[in-house]
Amino acid sequence: MGNRIALTGNEAVALGMKQIAPDVVAAYPITPQTEVVQIFSQYVADGDVDTEFVTVESEHSAMSAALGASAAGARAMTATSSNGLELMFEVVNITASLRLPIVMPIVNRAITGPINIHCDHSDVMTIRDSSWILLFGENAQEAYDNLLMANRIAEHSDILLPVAVNMDGFIISHAVENIEIVEDEVVKEFVGDYYPEKYLLDAANPITMGPVDLQDYLFEHKRQQIEAIKKVSGVVRQVSQEFAELTGRHYDLFEEYRLDDAEVALIAIGSTAGTAKAAIDNLREQGIKVGLLKIRLYRPFPAKEIVEALKGVKTIGVMDRAESYSNTGGPLYADIRAAMYDVGGTAQVMNIVYGIGGRDMTVRDLENLITQLQKVTETGEIEERIIHYGVRD
Amino acid sequence: MGDSVKKPGWKDIPIGGRIEDAGNSQKYYVGGWRTRRPVWIKENCIHCLFCWVACPDAAIVVEDGKIQGFDYDHCKGCGICARECPAKSPAIQMRSENIEDQFDS
Repeated sequence: MGNRIALTGNEAVALGMKQIAPDVVAAYPITPQTEVVQIFSQYVADGDVDTEFVTVESEHSAMSAALGASAAGARAMTATSSNGLELMFEVVNITASLRLPIVMPIVNRAITGPINIHCDHSDVMTIRDSSWILLFGENAQEAYDNLLMANRIAEHSDILLPVAVNMDGFIISHAVENIEIVEDEVVKEFVGDYYPEKYLLDAANPITMGPVDLQDYLFEHKRQQIEAIKKVSGVVRQVSQEFAELTGRHYDLFEEYRLDDAEVALIAIGSTAGTAKAAIDNLREQGIKVGLLKIRLYRPFPAKEIVEALKGVKTIGVMDRAESYSNTGGPLYADIRAAMYDVGGTAQVMNIVYGIGGRDMTVRDLENLITQLQKVTETGEIEERIIHYGVRD
Repeated sequence: MGDSVKKPGWKDIPIGGRIEDAGNSQKYYVGGWRTRRPVWIKENCIHCLFCWVACPDAAIVVEDGKIQGFDYDHCKGCGICARECPAKSPAIQMRSENIEDQFDS
């Protein structure tokens, strides 16, 4: 089923959006916007999709318009990148709090200051506590597939939270890959029509959204959000299972690669996972027992399942493509360390902050890293627990 | 106010702070916001309903086209009604909230 065609990540995601054909897409049409909405707007202009495309004057307005459309009862999307995400930050949080299942592709790029447009995860990590569901892909195929599953997850009656579909800037967004496309009708049937239970344009059942919510109720509404978050893993698995039956492509909360007997494990998010697989294959040939755990669902964080998968691993290298400026390493490292605490155990957990501002992380770099981690496994000695890999002294 | 009434828990309220029953602001007492209250002087009233039109809430009580007085649970004391009253001898006067007992019967 499906066709194989060569597309960039941006083209693949824009095509996925066309196949989903949301009611409304609101987007800021100038940089730091991505090609995703540029290509999508061409589909709209050519009459290939009947989405209402709203161009707005800023990213703050883009998310506001998407929020308004979603509250009105529409299936709404937007897309952004780097500083655009920061400009929409206020409304990003409100969207989740109002329980509006908006879907947004994010092309992960460095937050500027000084100016940089290349890949790292510093943009998306700023919304990790917003209760948006954060999915990551390793390549254009996974970005496309994650997008096709995102609405089903967001709109599930137990969830009703927005989903961000993340892909690495340039490395995935601009690289051409041969990917397998799902047929239009199959996507249409899989994603299904959107029938919100409550919405503002339902004149027969008028409701209010976003009223004042003070000391006596806000906490209860946050507790409801937590309840939805608890159910996300189950829904992600269920939707992924259905997707696998349809396409033969299997996804879980994370991917385990040669992890079964591994003594050294890397944990990575995004395109670096692919590079890591190549390095792992090379070093496995030399007898080093190394594997990879690739995060797909980063928020909510499937801590229990990850800890279970890392059983028996002696040295864990957590790879962060963002800093948290806390003197405690990157955000993923903090998550993994916290998760490992519950099981006690003796595994050494180290942090590799890498690739900031788009700095390359090659197969050789990863082999180098794995060799260092292997040394820790053998000697038990750690010089520095948090490594900023590849930075010049 | 309301401390003795047990409020519903998180499982029993609509998600996201949605208010799902329409027109329920009537249940919300805002009369306590007032520092001045409009007082109706019945004998001066020409029942033009200007105050009813101008009231930014719905705090002018009207029956059969005739003013009946104020809904003090919802009147916030803005004074627009008194300003708009065109009667030669004003039919609405703003008085201090502290002396309500003198005028309220």
